[in-house]
Amino acid sequence: MHFELSGDQKMLVETAASFVKKQSPVNRVRGLRDDDIGWTREMWRQMGELGWLGILFSEEAGGFGGSFLDASLVLEQIGTTLVPEPYIASVILAGSAVARAADPRQQQALLGPMIEGSTSLALAYAETDSRYDPLAIGTRAEPRGSDWKVTGKKVFVLNGHAAETLIVAARSGGASGDREGVSLFAVDAKTPGVTVRPIKTMDGHHAAMVELAGVELGADALLGAEGAAGAVLEQVLDLGAAAACAEGTGIMRTVLAMTTDYLRTREQFGVKIGTFQALQHRAVDMFIETELGKSTAILAALKVEDPDAVERKTAVSAAKVQLAVSGRFVTQQSIQLHGGIGVTDEHDVGLYFKRMHVLNSLFGDEEYHLRRFANLPSFTANLDTPARSTAAR
Amino acid sequence: MDMSFSPEELAFRDEVRTWLAEEIPPSIRDKAEVDAYFDMKEVMEWHKLLYRKGWVAPHWPAEHGGPGLDAARRFILTEELELAGTPHLSPFGLVMVGPLLMQFGTEAQKKRFLPKILSGDEVWCQGYSEPNAGSDLASLKLAAVDDGKGNFVLDGQKTWTTYAQYADWIFCLVRTDATAKKQAGISFLLVDLKTPGVTVKPFLTTGGTPAFCETFFEGAVVPQENLVGPLHGGWTIAKALLGHERTLIAAVGLSARAIKRVKRIARAQKQDGRPLLEDPAFRTKIARLEIKLRALQMANYRALAGAALGHAPGPESSILKIRGSEILQQSFELAMEIMGHNSLAWFNEPGVVPPLEQWVASTFNYNRATTIYGGSNEIQKNIIAKLILGLPS
Repeated sequence: MHFELSGDQKMLVETAASFVKKQSPVNRVRGLRDDDIGWTREMWRQMGELGWLGILFSEEAGGFGGSFLDASLVLEQIGTTLVPEPYIASVILAGSAVARAADPRQQQALLGPMIEGSTSLALAYAETDSRYDPLAIGTRAEPRGSDWKVTGKKVFVLNGHAAETLIVAARSGGASGDREGVSLFAVDAKTPGVTVRPIKTMDGHHAAMVELAGVELGADALLGAEGAAGAVLEQVLDLGAAAACAEGTGIMRTVLAMTTDYLRTREQFGVKIGTFQALQHRAVDMFIETELGKSTAILAALKVEDPDAVERKTAVSAAKVQLAVSGRFVTQQSIQLHGGIGVTDEHDVGLYFKRMHVLNSLFGDEEYHLRRFANLPSFTANLDTPARSTAAR
Repeated sequence: MDMSFSPEELAFRDEVRTWLAEEIPPSIRDKAEVDAYFDMKEVMEWHKLLYRKGWVAPHWPAEHGGPGLDAARRFILTEELELAGTPHLSPFGLVMVGPLLMQFGTEAQKKRFLPKILSGDEVWCQGYSEPNAGSDLASLKLAAVDDGKGNFVLDGQKTWTTYAQYADWIFCLVRTDATAKKQAGISFLLVDLKTPGVTVKPFLTTGGTPAFCETFFEGAVVPQENLVGPLHGGWTIAKALLGHERTLIAAVGLSARAIKRVKRIARAQKQDGRPLLEDPAFRTKIARLEIKLRALQMANYRALAGAALGHAPGPESSILKIRGSEILQQSFELAMEIMGHNSLAWFNEPGVVPPLEQWVASTFNYNRATTIYGGSNEIQKNIIAKLILGLPS
C-alpha cells in the first residue's frame, strides 16, 4: 500500500500541466464554443503525439498499456483549463468500449488511428427514456444473414458531431434493462441511414442526436460476441464516471485558487475582503470539499478497473456522489465569493461552473449513484461481524 | 500508487485479527459489542495486554520500545484495533507527551518517563485549557514562579483535564514570564499529581460520564528538572503537539463502527411492518453519511501515507479533525433518529432498550464535544484560512 506517484507519473503530471497551460488556456474553450466543431484536429494530434490518447490501450492495439490512474492524471490537468478536446468521449468511453468488446483486428483498426490523433470516436449509448440506466436500450439490431440492420435513436452522443466512427449500443436480444442481449457496433458516421444532428452543450462542448433508420451493417461491424456487451457498457460508463471525478478535481482546484486570489486582492469597506471571517470560513469549506472530492476521485481511479463489480461500483458511486456534493458547493461558492462579476459571461468562473454541472449529470447523477451505492450488497454485508475497512483490501 | 496490501502485510493483518479474536477479555468483548463506555480500569487492562504483546504504541520507534513496524503494518494495526471496538487507549502519554519527550526531552527525562508511559504504570493527562483560556489558549495564566531553590511554585487552575482523576502525571503549559508577549512567556512543565497543593475535581459532561476534571494548583512546588524544552519555549512545543492531536481526532474507525451500528439499529427498528433499513429514504440517508466517511477515510489514508514518508502533514490532514468530528456527531444523530422512542431513555437498567441502543444517547450528548476539543472547528478554519489558503488577517 502506497500513495506516491511513480517517477513516470510525476513526469506525466508535469508535462500535462505545462501543456494545457500553454497550448489550451481557458480562453481557448471560450473561443471555440461557437465553432462548428468546438475543438481542433491540430490539438488532438498533439495530444496523440504526447501519448495521452493511447494510455489506456494495449500495445497490440497501438497503445501504451497504462492504468486508468495514468489517464486520470491527464484528466485532472484537462479540468484545470477546460481543454475542449473529446478525451472522455473518444478515449475513455468509445475507446474503452472497443478495447473491452472488440477482437484484436477490430481494435487495431479503430484504436490505431485514434491513438495517433488522426481520428476520433464517440459512444452512442443514451436514449430518450434511458435516463442513467446503461442497459435501458431500445435501439434494435436485427440479423440479416451474417449482416445487421440497426434502428433507433441515440441522444447526447458526446463528440457524435465530429467522430468518424460511432460505437452504437443496440439490443440484439433480451428486453430493455437486461444485461444479456446488448451488442456494440462500429458505425461509420457517413453510412446511409445515419443522421447526425449536431447540438451544443452548456459547457461549450458539442454533441449529437443520432438517428439510425434501418442502417445496414456488415458482419465485421459487430464488436466481439453478439449480445455480450452489457457488462462492458456498465464498466465503460463507470470509467466515464471516474473520469468525470478526475476532471472535476482539476476544476475544483482551479476555482478554489481563483477564489482565494480574489479574496486576497478585492477591496471593500477599505480592506481586502479576505480579512472577513465569514468569507475565510467559506473558502475553507471549499478547500475541504476539494480535498474530499480529490480523495474519492483517487479511490475511484484505483478501483474502477477492479474485476469485482461490487468493489468497482461501490468506489465509483461513492466518488460520483462526492463529486456532485463537492463540485456543486465549490463552483457555486466560487461564484458567490466573486460577487456580481462571477455571473458575467466574460469571467471564467462561469465556464467552470457549467462544465461541473455537465460532469455531475453525465454517467449517473448524485441521486442515481446514491441509490446504487445504497442497494449494492456491500452496503448491508457483514453487519454482524466487526466493522472492516473496505477502502483497502 | 496502490491501495492493496502485499501478501506479507495481509499475513500480518491476519496475525492481528487472530490475536484480537483470542486475547480480548470477555468483559471487554461484551462492552465492545455494544460500544459501551469503558471505565479507566478496563482501558488500562487493555493497555497492559497490548503492552505485553508489544503493540501498545505502533508509532513509537524501536529504540524507545515501539514495535518497529513499517508504515503499512502500523496502519493495519491501528485500524484493526479501532475496528475491533476495544477501549480507546488514553492518548495523553502514548500519543502526546511520549513523542514530545522523544523530540524535546532530555536524556534523563526520556529514561525517567518513557518506559512507564509504555507499560501503563504511569497514566498522564493534559493541562492546557483554563477557564479564561479556551480558543485563545496563549492567554493562559497558571503561574510558575522560580523560587530560587531550583523549583517552580504553581498557582492557578486548569480545566478540561480529561481523566485527571485517574492520572499520575499532568503535562502543563504554564506562565513563566508574565511580562513578555503572551506566546513568549509560556513553558512546558511536567507535574506529579501527588504534589501537595494539587487538587483534582471531576465533573460530569452532558453525556452523564465523568470524562473531564478541573485541576487546581495552590503553591504546588515542582522541580525545575521537569521543564521540557527551553524556559519560555513552551508554545512551540504546544503547537507541535496539536498536530498529533489533529490526526487523532479524525476518528475514522470510530465513525465506521458508528455507521455500522446505525445500520444494525435500522435493521431492528420497524416501521409499517418492515425494517427501517429497507426504507429507501432512510437507506439513502445512511448511504450519504457512509460516503462522507469514505471520502474522509481516503483523505486519512493520504495523510497517513504522507506522514509515513516523513512529509510534514499535508493540507489534507488539517481537514481530518473538522470532518471527522462532524461525521461522528452525525452518525450518532442518525442513530438517535432511527431509534425513535428508544432515544428518549437515559441510563436505565438493562432491558428498557436493546443493548445495542443502550449507550447511544449518552454518546450522542458527549460527542457534541468533538467539534470543540483539540481546537474548535472554527479555530481550525482560522488556521487553514491563514496557513494554507494564505488569506489576509
